[in-house]
Amino acid sequence: MAESSEVKLLGTWWSPFAMRSRIALNIKHVNYAFVDENLLSKSELLLKSNSVHKKIPVLIHGDKPVCESLIIVQYIDDVWTSDPSILPSDPYDRATALFWAAYLDEKWFPALKGILFGQGEDAKKALVDQAVEALVLVEEAFGKCSKGKPFFGGDQIGYVDIAFGCFLAMIRVTEKFNDIKLLDQAKTPELVKWAERFCQHPAVNGVMPETEELAEYAEIAIVKMRDANPPKS
Amino acid sequence: MGESDEVKLLGAWPSPLAIRARIAFNIKNVNYDFIQEDVEAKSELLLKLNPVHKRIPVLVHGDKPICESLIIVEYIDDVWSSGPSILPSDPYDRAIARFWATYIDEKWFSYFKGINATLQEKPKKAAVDQTVEGLLVLEEAFVKCSDGKPFFGGDQIGYLDLAMGGYLAWLTVTENMNGIKLLDQAKTPQLLKWAERFRQHPAVIGVMPETERLTEYANYILPKMRGDNPPK
Repeated sequence: MAESSEVKLLGTWWSPFAMRSRIALNIKHVNYAFVDENLLSKSELLLKSNSVHKKIPVLIHGDKPVCESLIIVQYIDDVWTSDPSILPSDPYDRATALFWAAYLDEKWFPALKGILFGQGEDAKKALVDQAVEALVLVEEAFGKCSKGKPFFGGDQIGYVDIAFGCFLAMIRVTEKFNDIKLLDQAKTPELVKWAERFCQHPAVNGVMPETEELAEYAEIAIVKMRDANPPKS
Repeated sequence: MGESDEVKLLGAWPSPLAIRARIAFNIKNVNYDFIQEDVEAKSELLLKLNPVHKRIPVLVHGDKPICESLIIVEYIDDVWSSGPSILPSDPYDRAIARFWATYIDEKWFSYFKGINATLQEKPKKAAVDQTVEGLLVLEEAFVKCSDGKPFFGGDQIGYLDLAMGGYLAWLTVTENMNGIKLLDQAKTPQLLKWAERFRQHPAVIGVMPETERLTEYANYILPKMRGDNPPK
């Protein structure tokens, strides 16, 4: 598929995973049509383009669908080869970046989701501890990956910046609703500063939801989930 | 880290994930030291090299550890770039290969391991049905990816062949132990033929565990993993 073929992204304005793709496309200055899906009534196009998982985001390049947020980011980096690169060029740095992004999806995100949507004080407290522990690891990773520069990717935002940064609005909402600190000046000072820089980056600030807007949406989503899954008495 | 620096792989002979890395090394003709880990008692070395997940496989190149089997395979492909390519060169084909490898690890494997995770009829049957359904999806994926050629990767074994192929020995052992057919002439004829070709590939022979040996191992480890009651 040539760089110049039409690009569509199926996603939602609030999805961190769709945000990853949008940031990557912005970094590469790719024009694309954003299709804001209603996940309660998925479009034919979405169901057809991601028949296996029926999930967003889906990147449609020409007529070819690419699914899974991190795979989409790698695809964008592979097709639009102009600078800046999203993945590091050094094989070991690349493996390290892939590792941390996978860690975020496998270990960190389920904890965050559990805190935001979960019920039950004890369960939540355990998840908060887990999430904070994970962030301390990510703080360490930031030190190693950034090597003194502003981003995980160095001078420019890269793969891990995108993989983690997409969660920042959701982190703020979760902190607000639960009166906790996840990104914390005491435990994760570098990440606190990095978060500020990330949100102000031109490739990011148009696609990161405003905390208030996301909070409003999250409140509705949480109530719906609670109605669907009442706690056992 | 250059092609000539020392290479070690921490793994275990029964591990599907370690098998992926070992086949990748064979494809590239890379000499490496295979350090067998005791899955029941993790070594200091493993805990030091993979403090985050504490699991095998771990590739150690010079003094640098690389973790997670599919990341290891990509790393091997990146570093030993003069050998046959493991990932497809076309970006879209690459995305498709990664998609199916992710599907195998995140969806399919969770069904498959469900089969041996229980001795109870109903959940076992449910796991078998889901596993077979997943294989039907993978059969379709094989037809699309291979495009008439012998492997997911085309003429040569590639990333997706490794991703799936790592599980073949366990598939056979699970079929035998449970008296079932997972890869099936009627439902997954192409995958069945692919499995045969894969097993006979020179990069795979010697790495794929023998069925008998793996069965013995399975009979030892599965009851422990399930926490079965000891026989009276």
